[in-house]
Amino acid sequence: MNEIREILDTMDYGPAPEDDKDVRAWLAGHEDGFGHFVGGSFTKAKGESFEVHNPANGETLAKVAIADAKDVDRAVNEASKALKKWQALSGNQRARHIYALARHVQKHARFLAVLETLDNGKTIRETRDIDIPLVARHFYHHAGWAELCESEFPGYEAAGVCGQIIPWNFPLLMLAWKVAPALAAGCTVVLKSAEHTPLTAIAFAEICAGAGLPAGVFNLVNGAGETGAALAGHEGISKLAFTGSTEVGRILRRQTAGSGKKLSLELGGKSPFIVFDNADIDAAVEGVVDAIWFNQGEVCCAGSRAIVQEGIAERFHAKLRARMEKLRVGDPLDKSMDMGAVVAPVQIREISAKVEAGIAEGAKLWQPSWAKTISNADGCFYPPTLFTDVAPSSTLAQEEIFGPVLASMTFRTPAEAVQLANNSRYGLAASVWSQNLDEAFDAARTLKSGIVWINATNLFDASAGFGGYKESGFGREGGREGMLEYLTPSWQKKAKPLPGSDPLPAPVPVPGGGNPGLDRTVKMYIGGKQARPDSGYSYPVTGKGGTRLGEVGLGNRKDIRNAVEAAHKASAWSGMTGHARAQVLYFLAENLELRAAEFAGRLAEAGASSSAAKREVEASVARIMHYAAWADKYDGAVRAPDKRLLTLALNEPWDVIGISCPDQAPLLSFVSLVMPAIAMGNRVVVTPSPQQPLSACDLYQVLDTSDVPGGVINIVTGDRDTLADTMAKHDDVAALWYFGAGQGVEMVERESAGNLKPVWTDNGKARDWFDPAQGQGREFLFRAVRIKTIWTPFGV
Amino acid sequence: MTIKSAEATVSEATATGSQLVSLEPVHKRNVGTDFLPAMFENISVNLSAAERRIATLGARRTVKKAWQAAWLIRAIECIDLTTLAGDDTPGKVERLCAKARNPLRADLVRALGLGDYKLTTGAVCVYPMMVATAVKALEGSGVPVASVATGFPAGLTPMKDRLAEIKFAVGEGAEEIDIVISRRHVLTGDWVALYGEVRAMREACGEAHMKAILSTGELKTLSNVYKASMVSMMAGADFVKTSTGMEAVNATLPVSLVMVRAVRDYLDFTGQICGFKPAGGIRSAKEAIAWLVLMKEELGHDWLKPDLFRFGASSLLGDIERQLEHNVTGRYSSADRHGMA
Repeated sequence: MNEIREILDTMDYGPAPEDDKDVRAWLAGHEDGFGHFVGGSFTKAKGESFEVHNPANGETLAKVAIADAKDVDRAVNEASKALKKWQALSGNQRARHIYALARHVQKHARFLAVLETLDNGKTIRETRDIDIPLVARHFYHHAGWAELCESEFPGYEAAGVCGQIIPWNFPLLMLAWKVAPALAAGCTVVLKSAEHTPLTAIAFAEICAGAGLPAGVFNLVNGAGETGAALAGHEGISKLAFTGSTEVGRILRRQTAGSGKKLSLELGGKSPFIVFDNADIDAAVEGVVDAIWFNQGEVCCAGSRAIVQEGIAERFHAKLRARMEKLRVGDPLDKSMDMGAVVAPVQIREISAKVEAGIAEGAKLWQPSWAKTISNADGCFYPPTLFTDVAPSSTLAQEEIFGPVLASMTFRTPAEAVQLANNSRYGLAASVWSQNLDEAFDAARTLKSGIVWINATNLFDASAGFGGYKESGFGREGGREGMLEYLTPSWQKKAKPLPGSDPLPAPVPVPGGGNPGLDRTVKMYIGGKQARPDSGYSYPVTGKGGTRLGEVGLGNRKDIRNAVEAAHKASAWSGMTGHARAQVLYFLAENLELRAAEFAGRLAEAGASSSAAKREVEASVARIMHYAAWADKYDGAVRAPDKRLLTLALNEPWDVIGISCPDQAPLLSFVSLVMPAIAMGNRVVVTPSPQQPLSACDLYQVLDTSDVPGGVINIVTGDRDTLADTMAKHDDVAALWYFGAGQGVEMVERESAGNLKPVWTDNGKARDWFDPAQGQGREFLFRAVRIKTIWTPFGV
Repeated sequence: MTIKSAEATVSEATATGSQLVSLEPVHKRNVGTDFLPAMFENISVNLSAAERRIATLGARRTVKKAWQAAWLIRAIECIDLTTLAGDDTPGKVERLCAKARNPLRADLVRALGLGDYKLTTGAVCVYPMMVATAVKALEGSGVPVASVATGFPAGLTPMKDRLAEIKFAVGEGAEEIDIVISRRHVLTGDWVALYGEVRAMREACGEAHMKAILSTGELKTLSNVYKASMVSMMAGADFVKTSTGMEAVNATLPVSLVMVRAVRDYLDFTGQICGFKPAGGIRSAKEAIAWLVLMKEELGHDWLKPDLFRFGASSLLGDIERQLEHNVTGRYSSADRHGMA
């Protein structure tokens, strides 16, 4: 039998390798090793270096120098030097540069795809059809943002020099997601590539040089964790962007605490993949392939937890197993492979360990019949793996595996599906499969994740924000919201530091003073009720000339705990319409105005001149009305990646926000922070000015008369930093706004690393609460929401 | 409902072992089932997901060199070489039959090492009035004659005439009958009527194998396509076929995906096997490979043979011939180097 006869019998696919000779020639041309790209040219590869391996066969592809602190320092200096000129360019001029990068990526698309496949082990199909086109798309999109930045983001300016640290799973795509918005905003960049996969970043640096990007605008350093730490800790950077593990995200959060650096983190996930019983099951099965067997499952937003309606689970799993039999794993350069190589042996060991743990926990493992033929002798290959009978409490359901392993469990009702899905510390993405619009959208709205794909998975576009809820990180990449990660309000650069606060007076009885009238009792306000401090201590509040104005409770951690619980119970507030919330806010403004004189009196007692006190109350009323106006208008956006994709960027509340108010303008600052938060549907636990809490405390009477539901605003008085420390460490507080001085900023940022809640501060700078440009508006609203991107393909 | 591995179940019944690949029909004919609405009434096919599957399928699999040549040879073997035109004459049909007997230039056949391999198309497909001519022209070749019937292409003639047409074609020697379903039954959701109609046609076919043409371009939605496929199979169709070739939109891959998934589900539910035939608009060798990949990935090896898979095509063969010459010589070929039908 000749060859063709044999093939007619087997009807096999045969090998179909992509030619890699040009990439190999390029690598051979750099036999001496790669240096760093600093100030527009490559450094000589000297000093310590590391080897880059092809995970498909273990061969050494290249030698790359490790950047030490000095190298990082040089790179940051070059980026700083380039910053002024780069920012001085017009938006149009920056757009031309970014457009050139997009064009160059397209011109060298296949070179980059083959290089990425050799370096990372992912299939040529993915690099060719997904990674590289998305890279070009990202630069195109952001060429547009460069053009529009000034007019679309008035009052903002470039953050400055950006440190960016990218992972190994989508090396060039993550570079694009980081670099494109930074350049568009007018920032310059020092990027650290991942140690497993530095090669496409190096090729990109060559592209930058070839495309005429001004020297120093993009700088590249290579190395591992130490290089990353040197970059993250460098004083010359104003912004750090990181994609990688939650563990490292936490380290970076702590490392940058109090440094004034902007931070965005795109971290791990354990994303649910929900299949309802009326789903197109075959479509959902194919969705699983795209969810967890895309890029060998080494995807932060991989749909790694299948949550399947019990009645169809058996059929779904049977179809899934049949589909898994058809998957092909092998040479990543072969055009007929579904899965290539896992990035490195260490990753194979990690996957294997978690799979073993899953078996030990009693979950049922299934792999295709051909799985045992996969050899790890030469390359890092791992078969597609399905676990059924997975308990929600098991390691398999809770921990990220970052490999081609699906953990499947069942649910009974739509509510239970969402409950199971949200039963995770992560909240990056979710995929929902149902042919029923009601069911699908209801799940999409109630899932706690930054991205929801309906009847689809792993869809990406530069115009749509990508990023997580909860411990999946904060900040968005892509779209308008992604641009804001690289911009800073202009006023902040000129603002003066806040003075440090005096320590609170001792919580003991003080002789003298006293109230001529009936003693006034000021309590805390928790769950719509006045509450005594758990500590049983009160501290004196003094006003002009040291007069004692009264005593307020000294709140402690238990008061915060109670307040957070009360805030969680008030979830109905988040479900109300913007219109309904607006009415409450308008009523609140009305009732405050009725008592304006009384409040002005309180502020005057505290030290303000009578005209200033009056002005502060008037401004507070106006501010409440400002957010009443916004309550039904800050409503998200429609993104348009494709005419048959309804892509919504929804503004969702954080649920519970902790707020630490400053001492400046005690009533106005309180109102300026609390109102945008609750207007957007959040419930807050707020500590008013510790020095002058009385006007805020008086406000609870106004809240009561204004139909603000109990638990929406919870007021705990006491020491700002003590209480902020508890809120920062509280895992059920989703976001923290801290407006104290620098030392406290450092503390709350550090302590927020526990559940990686985003912290908003003014970096210890003084904000002019009376100035509408600083004291109100979109900046506050943007902080008061987290953006959920919902993708819905449709069509008949 | 349990699901058996489609491939395993079918392979057990497949005769292999001879030196040549067996292309004879080896599967038990589908006898259909009672009308069981539970098998299809809750189905809802997601268009975007189907399109996505098809968009990536072509990028996930490819065949090169010898594999490409073999796959194209197999494509030839699966072609129902077709002429369905008002100006068909006996002479035209005889030319077509001659091409069906010798679809590929002899020197190319030899160069591919297939000198003693009996290479023909899967069938010749004509109108009923041309069946006798075709049967005579193909005598001894082993190539069956397929006839369209039942008021092709619209199917809007009286039922008794449609059934009589089937019987006429069978009487003339057609071994395969390509019937058209009443699209109105699908568009109005009258599944019982559709089942009854196809059932009656199957009975009229007798021993001849029946392909049910759904005219998917007129059914519009993928859910309709799935349901019409399932009802036709329940009513005893040996093949489900996409199109007449006369609709504005004929065979497409997303529609084919849904039909082969229906075939797969039907096998899962009933243990019975049904074939699939895309027809209309398939003109390039590349498209032919895409369909074969679809069959292999969604159904399995057994649907890569003419007893379970056919292309309805007239110009496809010409492109395959040119591609095979390129495969042999490395030179791009021209149409005039290959004998026409």
